[in-house]
Amino acid sequence: MFVGFLYELRRRKVPVGTQEAVALAQALEAGLHDSSLDGFYEVARALLVHNEAHLDAFDQAFLAHFKGLEDAANALVAELLGWLEQAAAREPTERTPEEEAALAALEPEALRALYTQRMRDQERSRREANGSADAEARARQGTGSLGVAGDAAEGAGGRRGAMKVADARLYRGYRDDRVLDTRSLGVALRKLRAFQREGAFDELDLEGTIDATARNAGELEVILRPPRKPSTRVLLLMDVGGSMRPHAHLVNRLFSAARKATHFRELRTYYFHNCVYGSVYRTEGFGEPVSLAELLSDCGPAWKLVLVGDALMAPYELLLRAGSQGHYRPDGVEGIVWMMQLATHFERSAWLNPEPAASWWSPTIRTLRSVFSMFPLTVEGLGDAVGHLTRGGVRKGPVLAR
Amino acid sequence: MTDGFRRFAGTDRYLTSPALQAAVNCALALERPLLVKGEPGTGKTLLAEAIANALGARLLTWTVKSTTRAQDGLYVYDTVQRLYDSRFGDGDVRDIRRYIRFGPLGEAFRSSERVVLLIDEVDKADLEFPNDLLHELDRMRFRILETDEEVEARARPVVVVTSNNEKELPDAFLRRCVFHFIDFPDRELMARIVRVHHPRLDESLTRQALDIFYQLRELTRLRKRPSTSELVDWLAVLKSAGVKELELDEALPFVGALLKREQDLLVFHESLAAGRRPRA
Repeated sequence: MFVGFLYELRRRKVPVGTQEAVALAQALEAGLHDSSLDGFYEVARALLVHNEAHLDAFDQAFLAHFKGLEDAANALVAELLGWLEQAAAREPTERTPEEEAALAALEPEALRALYTQRMRDQERSRREANGSADAEARARQGTGSLGVAGDAAEGAGGRRGAMKVADARLYRGYRDDRVLDTRSLGVALRKLRAFQREGAFDELDLEGTIDATARNAGELEVILRPPRKPSTRVLLLMDVGGSMRPHAHLVNRLFSAARKATHFRELRTYYFHNCVYGSVYRTEGFGEPVSLAELLSDCGPAWKLVLVGDALMAPYELLLRAGSQGHYRPDGVEGIVWMMQLATHFERSAWLNPEPAASWWSPTIRTLRSVFSMFPLTVEGLGDAVGHLTRGGVRKGPVLAR
Repeated sequence: MTDGFRRFAGTDRYLTSPALQAAVNCALALERPLLVKGEPGTGKTLLAEAIANALGARLLTWTVKSTTRAQDGLYVYDTVQRLYDSRFGDGDVRDIRRYIRFGPLGEAFRSSERVVLLIDEVDKADLEFPNDLLHELDRMRFRILETDEEVEARARPVVVVTSNNEKELPDAFLRRCVFHFIDFPDRELMARIVRVHHPRLDESLTRQALDIFYQLRELTRLRKRPSTSELVDWLAVLKSAGVKELELDEALPFVGALLKREQDLLVFHESLAAGRRPRA
């Protein structure tokens, strides 16, 4: 019955699979949803969603799939009640066997109580939805709806109808395909770390100690080793000016997140415009140039290269010849060749593009994508880029212990 | 309705929303770990205590730190002590069992009745940490390699895992958990929470405090917005100091209980000095 809903979720990129379906079936079998749509909403949400980033998509899927169902279900219950009451009103001898069985199994009284409570809950949530301005005014006065005389159904604790909750889209802020804030960037960057043993010998090497002690015929011999320290070095090259202006805010956030990340051994940031020609710059205003040769000799192949730029420019700019000072020279090297030099020098590199991936058909983007692996500058994209940067080719530092 | 287990509906000290109750009940019924996320100070850790209280079970807490390894939760083989004993001849060093120290997870498995195990701030540890626990949490058993003994949970513990979202958790781990994201309580729920903690607090003072609290939360430039625990603390201070009237101005009493960062206090003073109510 809910399988269609699962596919609706998958269409909205909520990763649900067999495991979730089985869990949900178990929960429904155990009656956790109290045979109500609201209950189903809560149970399904707890079991199908594993990340607050998916809550919004879940709400939308729920709305799309179950809209209109609530009223239909109520009509059904009302019909059943009417039938039962008619049967109850008649003499026992005139009842049909089915009616007799139904009356024995279901108590019309209890059923009616449940039904009225459901209806009241729903009515209230509808009222709240309609009179939200009114409710807000009350809330501002500070009484909230607590001041309103509580009826018996209120015992559920300010329960709001699933449809209303889903419709309110409270979790829109947690979607992860949204563009990022500094914190989520920081979280994504955390994955980019590796450790290496280095420095003073002040950590007990247990295995080594046991080994040495055994060799020493049981005389305790303590072996120390240097502690683990972060070993990731990151080189960040950012495209500034021109078509990057609209993305300046976003790039600044990435920059501040990278600066705040404490798990990098070293982080260097340089700027370029459109394409790297022979030099990159220490300041945003293209001051203090550093020649590429200098940069490459400073930063070994183990550094992680991250380029940030929209890769949008006039096609000729990729072919512009420039010398090592970054100025135009007819006998210089084309921009794209400088870029390829960067790409081949570093073992791992990634390009983050603030332009939405749907617009990556432009020729310069396509060309640069053939040189660098390109990722969109969103939480997801940054996560993928970091995954790409850490996968394989990671050099392990020499272990100095023993 | 006949339930195979007792339903969780919060306790008189811990109020819950229907969504949270559903999540807890799912975790109890399906015997899966419950993963709780949410803003700091929304009662993630207290939830485990509340569940333990409601079930009448013992609570074991495993506070995860950046150096914690999955193995630490199961058991630690105290080799150094054994070496020491063998060198200086205390006790029987042939019995390895004497040198196995069980961690919180190991304790939870070994306990004869059902316990509630809280794995607090799982995101503090290394990225691989949750993955290392997958098998143990799934099967509820592990093997002590040194003695070749199998420890199997006699009663599957109720596992509550909290995360502050500092790191993404691995998918394989997430799939095995029941997930709940604790929303920040709305005004109505907050008023009830306050009443639970301070039952005899003056009605009008509560109202004023809540007004100010939510206005403060709306200050967009705050680095750390005050949360439930701060509000409860603040009210406790107000009560013991005998404050009767509250107004949002620069001389707000004990504002330090709500705003903990120096920059946030500066923001607070600036936005009030600028003569506008912190609405934006």
